[in-house]
Amino acid sequence: MDNFEPVIVAFCCHYCAYTAADMAGSQRLSYPPNVKVIRVPCSGKVDAMHIVKAFEKGADGVYVAGCLEGDCHFKNGNSRASRMVAYVRRYMDEIGIEPDRLEMVTMSAGMGYRFAQAATEITEKIRGMGPSPIHAAIDTGKAA
Amino acid sequence: MITAERKPLEELVEYIRPFRRILLVGCNECVTVCAAGGRKEVGLLASGLQMALLKAGASIEVREHTLERQCDPEYVEELVPMLDGVEAVMSMACGCGVQEVARRFKDKPVFPAVNTKFMGASERQGVWAERCMGCGNCLLGETGGICPIARCAKQLMNGPCGGSTSGHCEIGDEVDCAWALIWERLKELGQQDRYVEITPAKDWRTGKGAGPRKIIREDLAE
Repeated sequence: MDNFEPVIVAFCCHYCAYTAADMAGSQRLSYPPNVKVIRVPCSGKVDAMHIVKAFEKGADGVYVAGCLEGDCHFKNGNSRASRMVAYVRRYMDEIGIEPDRLEMVTMSAGMGYRFAQAATEITEKIRGMGPSPIHAAIDTGKAA
Repeated sequence: MITAERKPLEELVEYIRPFRRILLVGCNECVTVCAAGGRKEVGLLASGLQMALLKAGASIEVREHTLERQCDPEYVEELVPMLDGVEAVMSMACGCGVQEVARRFKDKPVFPAVNTKFMGASERQGVWAERCMGCGNCLLGETGGICPIARCAKQLMNGPCGGSTSGHCEIGDEVDCAWALIWERLKELGQQDRYVEITPAKDWRTGKGAGPRKIIREDLAE
């Protein structure tokens, strides 16, 4: 547990968070290597299935990073994503995975610091929560 | 379409707990449109079931398949090659699909994954509302295209009742009074005279009143 390094999957919109991650790099801002970035054309493109599969494969935390409210390149993909995240959080509760392991964050393409800050905060929060029950069960199965 | 909602995961986990390998079957028709039991929901449920059991220290293999239509024997037949080694089947179709699968595969326990709700229409994205109860003798031509059987809580043939207030039903402000809607629609059509005609009591034998119903088209039936 002391050596626990969470696996975190970040679905990042090409028009904001993914560019913000680039910006963070240009600005030499560091963020935890635990975060595995997956570029998507819009946060609204992320499906409940992508998130659920990430947890099934052993992710400890997932977040969807979309544009600031009202700034979606495709009009309302970010607000759709936000509702989808709320829906999956309820499903996670049914499965028995803490819903706080999933969240939605918003930022603009120029907010490199915000990307690094969100990545750091979420990593630390998940580190504090420990491995996801599915990750733990997978490890127990491998050990057995 | 026939609408449905997924059952609570806890109930579904209890159904399948005794088994090691199940087949989860979706349907590409109504339950896909109302986002309850199509290919995507099959994937989500398969994942959820496996995780819920893994967390409880058990494991299960969930095979997934979605049929074009689960209420037709021709399509249900497609499941035959997938059932090898499968101990139980869980269906995400409406009650018709579940029963068709149960009728075809008599040696397998079949469980419903959704609660079938009603025949409805989409009011807007993500919202479905009851529109028809299959009474077997449609009177929409008399009521301005609004059904008092499906949409009036009391199924009144001559409404509204005293519980109608400002166009809403007394059972809840979110429910429109069907007879208020009918009156407004008849006004728009200039057919207010229809409203004063008293409709006699409905013969419910065309509905469920005479037991389970069947349609036989002799030109088509073999």
